[in-house]
This record gives sequence, structure tokens and C-alpha cells, in this order.
Amino acid sequence: MPKSVKSVTVSPEPGRLSVRKTYKLYIGGKFPRSESGRTYLVDGDNVALASRKDARDAVLAARAAQPKWAGATAYNRGQVLYRIAEMIEARRAEFTALGVPGAEVSAVVDRWVWYAGWSDKIAQVAGGANPVAGPFFNISAPEPTGVVAVVAPASLLGLVSVIAPAIVTGNTVVVLAAGPQVAVTLAEVLATSDVPGGVVNLLTGRYAETAPWLAGHDDVNALDLTGVDHPDLAAELERAAAGTLKRVIRPVTGGPDFTADPGLRPMTALLETKTVWHPKGY
Amino acid sequence: MTVAATAGLSDLRSFLHGLPGVDHVGVEARAAALATRSIKADSKAKAIDLAIRMIDLTTLEGADTPGKVRALCAKARRPDPADPSCPPVAAICVYPAMVPVAAAALAGSGVHLASVATAFPSGQAPLEVKLADTREAVAAGAGEIDMVISRGAFLAGDYTRVFDEITAVKDACGGAHLKVILETGELGTYDNIRRASWLAMLAGADFIKTSTGKVAVNATLPITLVMLEAVRDFRERHGRIIGVKPAGGIKTTKDAIKYLVLINETVGDDWLHPDRFRLGASSLLNDLLMQRTKLTTGHYAGPDYFTLD
Repeated sequence: MPKSVKSVTVSPEPGRLSVRKTYKLYIGGKFPRSESGRTYLVDGDNVALASRKDARDAVLAARAAQPKWAGATAYNRGQVLYRIAEMIEARRAEFTALGVPGAEVSAVVDRWVWYAGWSDKIAQVAGGANPVAGPFFNISAPEPTGVVAVVAPASLLGLVSVIAPAIVTGNTVVVLAAGPQVAVTLAEVLATSDVPGGVVNLLTGRYAETAPWLAGHDDVNALDLTGVDHPDLAAELERAAAGTLKRVIRPVTGGPDFTADPGLRPMTALLETKTVWHPKGY
Repeated sequence: MTVAATAGLSDLRSFLHGLPGVDHVGVEARAAALATRSIKADSKAKAIDLAIRMIDLTTLEGADTPGKVRALCAKARRPDPADPSCPPVAAICVYPAMVPVAAAALAGSGVHLASVATAFPSGQAPLEVKLADTREAVAAGAGEIDMVISRGAFLAGDYTRVFDEITAVKDACGGAHLKVILETGELGTYDNIRRASWLAMLAGADFIKTSTGKVAVNATLPITLVMLEAVRDFRERHGRIIGVKPAGGIKTTKDAIKYLVLINETVGDDWLHPDRFRLGASSLLNDLLMQRTKLTTGHYAGPDYFTLD
């Protein structure tokens, strides 16, 4: 995480007023302000402060987008993820101006490309044909869990490391972001990368306020608590999630090392296995 | 001599065209302004229950089967099986062929049974066919008939024919309540909607209903506002209370509550009752149940936990 986040606003030429950016939410492919009208200041920037109703709207958008995104071919999803990597590369200067080290931006681009490659390979690794005693083909295939609520870590690499493995397999996400300017800049990347509206929804603000509503929401299928830094709150969220038997990814004590090889676990944690029996014809 | 003439309306045309014109911009602005009202907490809980009690739970598809109608009737009697405090809906609305099935499924429940009739949805059939359609539905057990007017005749200016058809269908209904569908989406202007409302009320309608749900434009707030003003003015002049039923396109709790606000602000408490106001809808009920569940459990509900209709 960058120590101090600098504003990207440049001082205006003499005689010209500066045009400063308001960092807004990203819901359903659009950039609305919070329905509550609230904002908060982060390093001199105005950032939307999401409410529980924004979280509700984001879940609606994620749910609406999910069947089509899951129904897209794996190849197509891979292309979209690769496109995201291209667009981040093109905005490298914008991220570094926000205090993200150049090496981290490179790692982020590589991470997207790595996950993009998995889109049409995960099914072969996580599923396959099972030997059975009978005249049947027996096939296990991984399917996306559905709508995933994510409490994201603050760093850009951490943020990408929780979003990419969820969406590459066909899930849609509602992300409660920590580093707001960096996260909203990533949302601007997503909005220009052929990612269908609603696949990634991003809320800025205080996750302690919005996360309980997502944890208890009946239409959320999984909860990723990677970015939660209070063990008590994590436990409370997990309890709320139990009401609808959501999949829960617990936070790692001491914080995960996002620079390490993530392995398949971040993807497989958000997949369900469907097993099909099919009679062999003779 | 026509029925219209014998009813003392020697000049139906000049009466309908003598009605004051509707301020197009004004009615839309007023409906939009009322739609911004925020109904919260206790009032919202009451509004949701009232809206559920006002629903005409509708299935009007070519693919309707007896099984589907029975399932819908079960839902009408007990919309939320997990919560006995949830009230039943006002009525079930089906095609005439499904009336016997629905009548058996609703027997003794207090839920009314409505049937569309008169060559729904187009209304393009001879009067005799329409009357036979109506009589069959009533004989099979329908307590409410939703008829369509002949829009072709209305738009051609043949008001007398429309008037006579409505009175004939009203006769054929016997004791059944008659809802007259104006199909406002095909009438073109608010002035026409006001005229059609008056025409239907003068001819003996118990309810005036916006739409069949089968055309591009269905119930909207401004259209319903024009119709509510018509029933208000009709009561002032004739002392009879006529019900209003917007139908089609009302899908969310927010939409439903907007209609309740509209009633309250236009015609008042007398119409805030299932006998005076109905919402023709199908998917709306699930949204109301989800909002209701949210209020009782304190967390957001999801569609996975409610029936697919």
C-alpha cells in the first residue's frame, strides 16, 4: 500500500479554474453518486460514501449481469480480462500518480494476464470425467457460485487479486473497496474494457457500515472477507452469512502476501461442482 | 333509439367532448411530484400489506395450464407460506377457460375470482360472441369480469356503440362486478382517456381499468391520475363510487406505493381499499413479499426464496 496518496489534480494554468474529479461509485456499468448524497474527503479528494442502499442496488446489478456473464464462452471472458490488462498498462501513469509503485502496476497487469489465461483451462483442472461402475459417462464441471460480495484489501494488487479470480469463472462481484482513488481508477479501467455493466460493482466508503448488509443479503451467494482487519467483525459477518449458507473466504491473519503465486484456490473457492451422469449408447 | 339515448344522454358525443381538456404537462408533472414521496418504516409496512390486499394476481398466457392456475391460487390464498400474518391478495385473474379450475381452488378462501372476457385482449369480435364469453365465465364461477372496450369503435368516434356494448355486457354479468378495460396505451391522448373513463362509468362500469398488459404502453402514473380524477368527478356528479385498476408494468414495491400515494392525494381514503382500487400484476407480488420479509427479518431478501410463477 502506498504510504501517502497524492492527488492527481494538476495546478491550473493561470487564469483557468482547475477541474477536479469526484470519485464516484461504480454500479451496473455506471458511475453514480451515493443515493444518500454523502461524500467524504480522502487526501483532499471528494469520494462517495456508499450506503446500504447503494450496496442493495449493486447486488441487483450484479445479479442481473450474472447469467449472461457466466453464459459467455470462457474464451470470451479471457479476452475481456486480457483487455483489462491492456487498459491498465495504458493508464500506468495515472496509477503511479496516485502513489502505486511502478513495479506493483506491472505485477497487477501480469496478474490479470495470468487469470485471463485460466478462463478456458480451469474447467479441465477443477473438473473432469470420473470413473464409475456402470454404463455411464460421469462428468464433473465447475460452475460459478453466483454473486460474490468482497471486502477488498487496500492495495491495487490486493484489489485485483480478489476481483480477477472471482469474475474469471463467471461470478459477478460487489466490492467494498479500501483505497478509494485507486479503486475508482480501476473501475474506470473496467468501464472501458468490454466488461459488461454489473459484472464488477465497486463501492467506496466504510465497509463496517455496508458489509453486514451484504453478509445478511439473501441474494448474495458468497462472501470474501480478505480485506477485513478486525477479527470480531469478520466473525460477526461470517455468522450473518450463515443464514443463507454463503461460501465465506476468511481473512488471513497477518495479511496475505499478494506478490506470491496465488495458486488455484482463489478461483476454486468460488466454484460449485456440477456432476452429470449420462448414459453411454451402444 | 339507443341505450345511450334512453339513459338520458341524448348527445353522448357533445357531453364527452364537452369535458374539460387534460393539461398534458400539468398531469405528468403532478404525477412525477407525487412519485417522489418517501414512505418509510411503519407506514411502509402498512402500505405493503395494503398493496398485497389490492392485487389482482394475474396469469393471462396462452401457455396457462390448470396446474399453473392452481399453484397461483394457492399463492393468492397464502402469499408467504412462512408468514401467516401476510394477507391474501384481492383476486385471481384468468382466462375464461381457466375459471372452473380457479373457482375450485379458491372455494371458501375469500379471494375473488376475476375473468377477462369479451374477446380479450383485442375486443375485435361480434357482440354476440362477447356476450356469450361473458355469460360462460360468470356461469363457471367468475365474480368479476374484466371486459375490453372496442378501441376501434371508440377511436372512430362511435361512442354509442361502445356505450351499448358496455351496457349489454353489464347485463350479461348479472351479479358479477364489471371492470372495463380502456386500453389506455391505444387511446393516444389524455383527453381520450378522460372521455373513455366517463363513457365506461356512465354505461355502468363498477371499475375502470387501464390496460390489458398486452400492448407496449400499460399503466402509468399520469394515466391513473387522469382516471382517478374522473372517478372523483363522477362521484360528485352522480354519487356513485367507481373503482380504478391500473394493470401491466407495475413490478416493484416502489411502483405500488406510488399508486397508493396517488390515490391518497387525488381521491382520498375512500379508495384506499381493495373494493375500490386494484393492482393488476403478477411479478409485483414477489417484490412486495421480499420487501415485507426485509422489514420483518432486518436483512435483504432474495428471489431464490420465493416461488417462480
